[in-house]
Amino acid sequence: MKKILIILLALPLGMVAQEKQKKIMKAQFTVKGNCEVCEKRIEKAALSIKGVKSADWDIPSNQINLIYDPNKVSLETLHTSIAEKGHDTSEARSKDEDYDKLPKCCQYVREEL
Amino acid sequence: MFVFVGGRLPKLFGSEIMKKYALILSLWWGMIFSQDALQGLIQYQDNNNIYPLVGANVFWQNTTVGTTTNRNGFFLLERVPSTNILIISYLGFKTDTLKTESSFISHQMVQSPKDELKEVILNQRKKPLQKSFIETQNILKVSSEELLKAACCNLSESFETNPAIDVNFADALTGTKQIKMLGLSSPYLLISEENIPMVRGASQAYGLSFTPGTWVESIQISKGAGSVTNGFESIAGQINTELKKPLTDDPFFLNLFASANGRYEMNTHFNRKINDRLSTGLLVHGNKRTQKFDNNKDRFLDLPVSEQINLMNRWQYIDSEKGWISFLSWKYMNDEKTLGMEDFNPEKDRGDKQSWGSQINTSRWDTSLKLGYVSPEIPYQSFGFQTAYSNHDQNSYFGLRSYTIEHQSFYTHLLFNSIIGNTLNKFKLGMNYSHDDYDEWVDGTNFKRKDINLGGYFEFSYNNNDNFSWIGGIRVDFHNNFGTFVTPRIHLRYVPIEKFVIRLSAGSGRKAAHIFAENQTLFATNRNINIQSSGGKIYGLNPERAWNYGLGVSKSFYLGAANQFNLSADYYITNFENQVVVDWEIEREISFYNLDGKSAAKSFQLELNYDYRNFLNFRAAYKNYDVKTDYKSAFSQKPLLAKNRFFANLGLETKISPTSRQWRWDITFHHVGTQRLVQTQRDEINSFSPAFSLWNSQLTWVISKKFEIYLGGENIGDYQQSAPIIGSNDPFGADFDAAQVYAPVFGAMVYSGLRLKI
Repeated sequence: MKKILIILLALPLGMVAQEKQKKIMKAQFTVKGNCEVCEKRIEKAALSIKGVKSADWDIPSNQINLIYDPNKVSLETLHTSIAEKGHDTSEARSKDEDYDKLPKCCQYVREEL
Repeated sequence: MFVFVGGRLPKLFGSEIMKKYALILSLWWGMIFSQDALQGLIQYQDNNNIYPLVGANVFWQNTTVGTTTNRNGFFLLERVPSTNILIISYLGFKTDTLKTESSFISHQMVQSPKDELKEVILNQRKKPLQKSFIETQNILKVSSEELLKAACCNLSESFETNPAIDVNFADALTGTKQIKMLGLSSPYLLISEENIPMVRGASQAYGLSFTPGTWVESIQISKGAGSVTNGFESIAGQINTELKKPLTDDPFFLNLFASANGRYEMNTHFNRKINDRLSTGLLVHGNKRTQKFDNNKDRFLDLPVSEQINLMNRWQYIDSEKGWISFLSWKYMNDEKTLGMEDFNPEKDRGDKQSWGSQINTSRWDTSLKLGYVSPEIPYQSFGFQTAYSNHDQNSYFGLRSYTIEHQSFYTHLLFNSIIGNTLNKFKLGMNYSHDDYDEWVDGTNFKRKDINLGGYFEFSYNNNDNFSWIGGIRVDFHNNFGTFVTPRIHLRYVPIEKFVIRLSAGSGRKAAHIFAENQTLFATNRNINIQSSGGKIYGLNPERAWNYGLGVSKSFYLGAANQFNLSADYYITNFENQVVVDWEIEREISFYNLDGKSAAKSFQLELNYDYRNFLNFRAAYKNYDVKTDYKSAFSQKPLLAKNRFFANLGLETKISPTSRQWRWDITFHHVGTQRLVQTQRDEINSFSPAFSLWNSQLTWVISKKFEIYLGGENIGDYQQSAPIIGSNDPFGADFDAAQVYAPVFGAMVYSGLRLKI
């Protein structure tokens, strides 16, 4: 298929919390977009997901850095929720109608299915 | 469909590199280090695997400020005021140029086909005077580039090209400039240095002239209520200065300055990077004026004979992997001024009525330590700690009057930054403790006081990352002389349509009036000092208390691609609930008493900014001040404050040549409206000063990246107040008064200087 890469960083909060489910996880993956408008849209989409603590999307690399609470939200949901806003991620593809709703400047070049 | 990238993941996880990756941190220095740093991770992709790029060059565009990535691909780089464009280069990879707005970047480099290594040059530059659209508060950022426009030479003189702040003349003798914002003088501002309160207490009168201009990296001016994090003292606003940092300042800098009014200045900076984490800087300033001038022939020197030496040594430590940053600084300053009559000889004439003269000798020590920590695991959390000690010692006499003040100050601040839910909701939680010891002698009377304060605050900010944000802060202070009190402050920002910002602010503040230190000009008079006690703990007076409310709008627009405009207006009201009124209304007397009635300062400002590409910048501002107080005699406008002021500044610069040559020119115009004068031997009751205009101009020739020279003129229209000193023929008589100054005492002045950077 295509080049996919997910960097997933997980860390225990403190030295002690080894057994328990980790409270904070990090994720980095590709989210498609073009410009500053997309940046606002993507970060807003990510931050509106319950359990997402911080989101930083970078224009040139199209990478999003997320910190989230895995007890509240799964990595799958992160991908699908962002894709629902019209931005394809490395793991989830937006519906065509959602893509079409994107502002003109954000209509990135889509990979053919 | 959602598919995990199987297989590869567990392998990555186990590896040593991945553990290090976990140390990704983005830095939220918060208020402690407002000049923040950029952290980043540079990687590249090969055969579907991502590797850190070790040893890549990372630097700010058009600067020499840079670093290289470490063995895990990380870097930490101090931000520079001039640009946010970052350039990343590495042999065999395409050079990338990134605009960096967040505090963390993660970037993947792409391998370039052979022989395609060329540098990308973008032509974007940060404006020297920046009004932020993103900030919730009304903040004006002044860069070092803008500061170069000011003729000379220290912080008090660096606001001449700035519409937010008015520069006034304190008196006819000391050559001191006094600043005002929203129609209120500097004691009503919180003036801090790298967020540590600095010009306060004993240093109110001359403190701004104790920071050399070349030390200043940038200034942030926030109008109105301000933040609760640095204390309760700000009423009209806050001015914070960031000093040059050893890591980002030039390794060697030399500035020489000479003016036709006999002032010579020298500034040298030495900076060294000791290792990857530690750098140090030594900054030395000296100024001197030995020539005596009496151009207005009133037998008094127009400017003092003076000498200042000022040293600073600072250490900067950054450990990007562990998330620590620290600054350790110490400063020493000694300033000596001799003023008064031309024939005054301090050794012979002090204490007798032969000749009126004055000496003001000040020495000051400052030390500060700052420590910041950003959890590598949780980048949206950070801690900050700062502590500072200063000793300020002023010995002075004015004719037969004498004034000495020793002020020891200890300050410490602990701060925690985090989020609620997600990064749209941030908060700051902190504590400040301060201990101030004052020991004053005024004409043989001793005043001693200790101010001890412990305060805690909580500041919440919400930002939808789009068109709405607000900051609400509240602090509770326990003060030995003020009692326990609450200080709330709130700021709102709303962007209803593109490039149009509305801001609202409200908040309270209070302060102790240091009646002598803040009003030292009174010693240049023979007025009787009359303190009308109201049983308070500070010279018998109660602390000052005020509410400030502000409304601001700002609109930016383009005409064509090259013409950028910004039009803004703001209106602020400061309502005093209590004030220490400084009353000059009665002849031969100065009175201090607590407000009985109303006192309010209303200020309106309309401002236009125009940029034509990078070559022309024009700004103009109209300001109206309605500052009225219930004096014992009447409810009237504050004396020596112009109701109307007009300001304009035009700057031109040529394109930078390939050899870095450039010409820069600017001209500033100030029109100062009539000012109310108090009744004296010279001025009748309810009289007004004439309106007048001042012109300043400066030309800079940048000869190379390393060397530039400049030539300028101050007050080139040669406007002078004709008889600045009242009763100059009888300086020991009751009518002598050198404080009633509304215009420059010294006429046109030419100056020249050079800057050398290596």
